[in-house]
Amino acid sequence: MSTIAEPIGSKAAGTEKTTTISGSVAVLEAFLAEGVDTIFGYPGGAIMPIYDALYDYNDKLKHILVRHEQGGIHAAQGYARTSGRTGVVFATSGPGATNLVTGLADAMIDSNPIVCVTGQVFAHLLGTDAFQETDVINITTPVTKWNYQVTDASEIPHVLAKAFYIASSGRPGPVLIDITKNAQLQLFEYSGYQKCNHIRSYRPKPNIRTEYIEQAAAWINQAQRPFVLFGQGVILGKAEQEFKAFIEKSGIPAAWTIMGLSALPTDHPLNVGMLGMHGNYGPNVLTNECDVLIAVGMRFDDRVTGRLDKYARQAKVIHLDIDPAEIDKNVKTTVPVWGDCKETLPLLTAAINQKVYPQWLDKFNDYRRQEEEQCIVPEMNPTSEVMTMAEVIHALNDLTNGDAVIVTDVGQHQMVACRYAKFTQSQSNVTSGGLGTMGFGLPAAIGAKYGAPDREVIAIIGDGGIQMTIQELGTIMQFGVAVKIIVLNNQFLGMVRQWQQLFHDKRYSFVNITSPDFVAVAKGYHIDAQKVEHREQLRAALKTMIDSKESYLLEIMVGKENNVFPMVPQGCSVAEIRLK
Amino acid sequence: MKQEFTITVYTENQIGLLTRIAIIFSRRKINVESLNTSPSEIENIHRFNIVINETEEVVRKLCRQIEKQVEVLKAYYSSNDEIIWQEMALYKVPTDQVAEKVQVERLLRQYGARAVVIRNDYTVFEATGHREETDKLIEILGEFGLIEFVRSARVAIIKNSNGFHDKLRQFEQREPGEEVIENEYLGQNQKVFTM
Repeated sequence: MSTIAEPIGSKAAGTEKTTTISGSVAVLEAFLAEGVDTIFGYPGGAIMPIYDALYDYNDKLKHILVRHEQGGIHAAQGYARTSGRTGVVFATSGPGATNLVTGLADAMIDSNPIVCVTGQVFAHLLGTDAFQETDVINITTPVTKWNYQVTDASEIPHVLAKAFYIASSGRPGPVLIDITKNAQLQLFEYSGYQKCNHIRSYRPKPNIRTEYIEQAAAWINQAQRPFVLFGQGVILGKAEQEFKAFIEKSGIPAAWTIMGLSALPTDHPLNVGMLGMHGNYGPNVLTNECDVLIAVGMRFDDRVTGRLDKYARQAKVIHLDIDPAEIDKNVKTTVPVWGDCKETLPLLTAAINQKVYPQWLDKFNDYRRQEEEQCIVPEMNPTSEVMTMAEVIHALNDLTNGDAVIVTDVGQHQMVACRYAKFTQSQSNVTSGGLGTMGFGLPAAIGAKYGAPDREVIAIIGDGGIQMTIQELGTIMQFGVAVKIIVLNNQFLGMVRQWQQLFHDKRYSFVNITSPDFVAVAKGYHIDAQKVEHREQLRAALKTMIDSKESYLLEIMVGKENNVFPMVPQGCSVAEIRLK
Repeated sequence: MKQEFTITVYTENQIGLLTRIAIIFSRRKINVESLNTSPSEIENIHRFNIVINETEEVVRKLCRQIEKQVEVLKAYYSSNDEIIWQEMALYKVPTDQVAEKVQVERLLRQYGARAVVIRNDYTVFEATGHREETDKLIEILGEFGLIEFVRSARVAIIKNSNGFHDKLRQFEQREPGEEVIENEYLGQNQKVFTM
């Protein structure tokens, strides 16, 4: 096939023109029509016809060959998070598709818009235990917002239109389309691509009820100690400005979940910090002292609420969420404001009075001072010889001024990075919040860089997590992805070790993980790298890393048995947060 | 308090939707007592009847999770006094027993059972009714050599429902409809403002 100058089958005036194309070409045409520019994928037998078609689309669709399908989907998640667009993944049938499952579960729980296209064996072989056949649809049903198996090429345009619509609308989520090989090869009459904007059984955007807005405003207006919690809904709804306007007019202190991090600049005077198990002292304690709790685009995860029957029982709860299933799911709501917060927040802002709460804010500041004294200052400026994770993040902040995208893996370093990293703009924090997927960081950073190519992307990963997806260094090498990688090496699976220390009498069961020479590994992949073992080298090494135009890996040795505090022990109330 | 609830779900006709709905229960380790799928009053729209034993709060949350599925139009839940429901049962008994004992015939009549098949060796009776009624008949026929028994899932009609036609029209409009989350405070503005 010759190169295609314009979308195939574009409608000539008044006449329905059809073109004969293959199912594979229809997939790629759908991508172009949906504005896809980057695909993360890995080829294999059952998806070969699509890869064959891709050969002719090389100038329009960038394909990043990852080293493992899990890396592909995490990269697509990173891409979605920094770009606000839908991430796209290719994988083959059988093992290719099953390797996507962790990423799908991660994208599902963290509401990432993802479209995965998997190859499948010929339709006549379905159910015969054919080579590389797995029942992908049923395997992925619990971890997808929607999935569908295509066995006839003529279905492809409208099924993909539905896929992109479902993935990105309402509460976003992953969608998987499984296409049998015969459908990829099959020629059919194609009459152009029509975007989907309505499915009768699907309600992404509910009507906003003014009664609820009025009730919520009434509670807020008479509140003495109101408190705002915000999550990723603010970022997904692209409602950062609306959110800022709301808290600035209402004067209400606001705390974030780790998925909501970066929606409000760190230095905003009403940003009082992080919620949850390793969040800040004040926001946790004062959750149980506020009189009106306003939750915006967050889902009261157990890592945020601690023990539910002791969570904000005194407060009237106003919950703004686009997903009706979240209302009352964990915390009983007084007023549910169901809708897209991009639309509900301005309505609420208009209905509330301009106010300030100096005494209430002072309480947050008091707790902040206590936390600084007992946790933050000793962590950021340690007197010990060994380095702490917090001082690394602190030094990094000075170099990035909070403008970088910070991608983390899962564990102690994740909590420390989220606690201490500074942010000036939204869509800057990429982390596996709900699923807690170790191995997420490195591939997600690759995708994050493609999603925000002009921004500095820094992956902060532990010595355990990086070894789960370390092969993606190969992707970085091959495509010259200029991500910066910091490995915070404490020679332990630190978070599990911390729990074993605190709750299992220091019985360190299989947490002493050994690592390869990360610098040598990176250099093996032609990625420049160095190891930092002493505090005096830290700032210079970080600067070398930031100044590098290419990817760079920095292995930083930190204290072996440092713990992350504050901490709300599991099964305790948020008010029982411990500083040490 | 746990009690029997019947969940009525209106859906598109799509392969795999049964799994999507079933795993909402199995994921939470909730046993489905009875499940029936059938056409509805509207062409191409299917209707599930699912019976579970749970508290109302759990059932309400389950319905929201069910409605969240892309191909589900609406999920309602009803307690037993809000529905008209029936289950059908088949009983196979040896014909000689039935023929010989007049008592059997009287009992069958009493329970509204009717013979579906009569052969030399066995007879199949059918009875329709509530669980207790069809259960009772097992007990009785047990004494007369019940060979085989099977009961269908529950089918239920909601007493206070005007069918789904109007609702479907709302769904087919491109604009979002008036559907809202039920809220105990809605329509009680005065009470809300007293803190």
